[in-house]
Amino acid sequence: MKDDRAITVLVADDTDTDRLILETIVRKEGHTVVSARDGLEAIEQFDRARPDIVLLDALMPNMDGFEAARRIKALAGEELVPIIFLTSLTDTESLVKCLEAGGDDFLSKPYNRVILKAKIKAFYRMRTMNRTMLEQRDQIALHNEHFLQEQTVAKQVFDNITSGGHLNTNNLRYFLSPLAVFNGDVMVASTTPAGNLMVLLGDFTGHGLPAAIGAMPLATTFYGMVSKGFSMTDILAEINGKLKSILPVGLFCCATMVDMNFRKNTVRIWTGGLPAAYIYRAGGEIEQVKSTHLPLGVLSNKDFKADPALLHLDEGDRLYLWSDGIHEARNTAGEMFGEERLLGVFARNTEREQLFDEVLSQVKAFVGRGEKSDDLSLIELVMAPSPLDYVDKSVQARAQSQLAEWSLAFEVKPSSFAIFDPLPLLLSVLLEVPGLRNHSGTLYTVISELYTNALEHGVLGLDSNLKNNPDGFDRYYELRKERTGQITEGYIRITLAHQTFAEGGCLNIIVEDSGAGFDISSLKSDGGNDYSGRGLKLVETLCDTLEYREPGNCVLATYRWHCDD
Amino acid sequence: MSDSHPIDHDTLAALREVMEDDFYHLIETYIGDSEQRLASMQKALAAGNGEEVRRAAHSFKGSCSNLGANGLVSRCQTIEDSAAKGELKGLEHLLVELQNEFNQVKNQLEIYQ
Repeated sequence: MKDDRAITVLVADDTDTDRLILETIVRKEGHTVVSARDGLEAIEQFDRARPDIVLLDALMPNMDGFEAARRIKALAGEELVPIIFLTSLTDTESLVKCLEAGGDDFLSKPYNRVILKAKIKAFYRMRTMNRTMLEQRDQIALHNEHFLQEQTVAKQVFDNITSGGHLNTNNLRYFLSPLAVFNGDVMVASTTPAGNLMVLLGDFTGHGLPAAIGAMPLATTFYGMVSKGFSMTDILAEINGKLKSILPVGLFCCATMVDMNFRKNTVRIWTGGLPAAYIYRAGGEIEQVKSTHLPLGVLSNKDFKADPALLHLDEGDRLYLWSDGIHEARNTAGEMFGEERLLGVFARNTEREQLFDEVLSQVKAFVGRGEKSDDLSLIELVMAPSPLDYVDKSVQARAQSQLAEWSLAFEVKPSSFAIFDPLPLLLSVLLEVPGLRNHSGTLYTVISELYTNALEHGVLGLDSNLKNNPDGFDRYYELRKERTGQITEGYIRITLAHQTFAEGGCLNIIVEDSGAGFDISSLKSDGGNDYSGRGLKLVETLCDTLEYREPGNCVLATYRWHCDD
Repeated sequence: MSDSHPIDHDTLAALREVMEDDFYHLIETYIGDSEQRLASMQKALAAGNGEEVRRAAHSFKGSCSNLGANGLVSRCQTIEDSAAKGELKGLEHLLVELQNEFNQVKNQLEIYQ
């Protein structure tokens, strides 16, 4: 862009006198002058010199100023080239003609140097502003194009992550408007190894990429855990903890999660912050499952409660989940669609299969030419007679690769007794078994109790009767310390054996020690009160069975668990 | 009144200040322009071309106003208005008066040359 001192002005006038005066004034102001004596010359000069401002006489031979103005404006395109008509015309009609031809202003004769100077300055400033505006417009257009490209790529990545194989089941229908992901909506669905369908609909606070980004860890966690058979409670807690730790304060995820069991005709629903889910019974009644929790990512896991409601669904019952996009869709008058209208759609429904489409079409019709809200999300789940006819292959492969039946033998040798606690190691193995994670607390108590007994009474030969009085208690632990430090012989063998069933599994825990054993019959006669203390009694209540093997140095605990526990 | 003061010397003085050395050239140019305009007005009137008379009168009016020849400006305006209405009758007289007025202006301008 040329600077102020180098403004080029085209002067077009067929009267030599007037042109001479103008040329002189303009030049005196420090600008560059190009001249023309008629309209045709003016166009030639404009094309050649591309002046910043054009001073144009209206009445000229060959081509008059009006036609020249039109051609110059056409040549300039979207660039602003101010045209000032030089005229002593005073009738309104002629002035209008000047404006219609593209004129921006007038300069009347006799010419006034001060006025001309001011006009050139003002119009040049306008031209500069216009040019800046055009540059910025182009820049914005470029940025926007760039942004849309990025969004497209981001959406592809997002779709790949979030659509991990939930698409092909008759029990599930869903609608997510194309750009809903950038309004923070996310929907993930997958089947569990047991054949249940798990669905999570989430709505992150905020808009754009920041809202979409939280959906990534949510989706990967969801798919990873569902396919491994983790319970809904575990999955919710894991997602909540993850979101809590990665999302900034104020960004969280309203969500509804559903676990549909087609064998038992039950559904578990957890709702945190989203509008109430609707159950549309085969008989026509509607039940609402209202939000009873805070959204995901708000509470720390210590305070987070992942306790879903358990409901019975008969064959043909339908469940509807939605984000607030449907309730808050606005029409041209600014009214929201709202719950009443939504209930109205249900009330007017005659064919249940049509309801999904009816909800969508009526929301769209309501919005009409109103503000296009692009975050409609709707999910319909049907309790179907048959189990899912679709299982993701990758899930199957993962299910096959997981441990179904296994055993593990672990022996602790003398030099380790004093310094090594085998519990964390064994527990970490058990936690790898899907479903057992829920039972880690119980299992810890059982194994820890059995191991301590084996060590203290079996290997070290300590008498628990010592602990019956306060002095003995101290003595007991003194002896324990002393003997663990000195011991050079002995072992404790722990064997864990696990079998997985469709509904759960069975864990056998065998603890055997190198000690002499004890009289099992005495234990049975007096309830173990003398020998094992409260610990073993607790183990008995926790396990399904607890048996001792002769000569009393070996104990076998059986622990059965169920998916729904 | 226009007879005694055919030209506004204040306007001319301001112009002289702007034009500096080119002022004399401007006066020459104006006189040349004006004679050409007067000739073409007479020619157009003889041919009965009212539109051409109007345009010539309008252009002449413009340069006269720049030079401060206000008497000429008002006479040009009268001719321009009549021509625009197609009233060419009697314009010969006005043209003669215009010519006379211009001669006076020219005389005055010679002071500056």
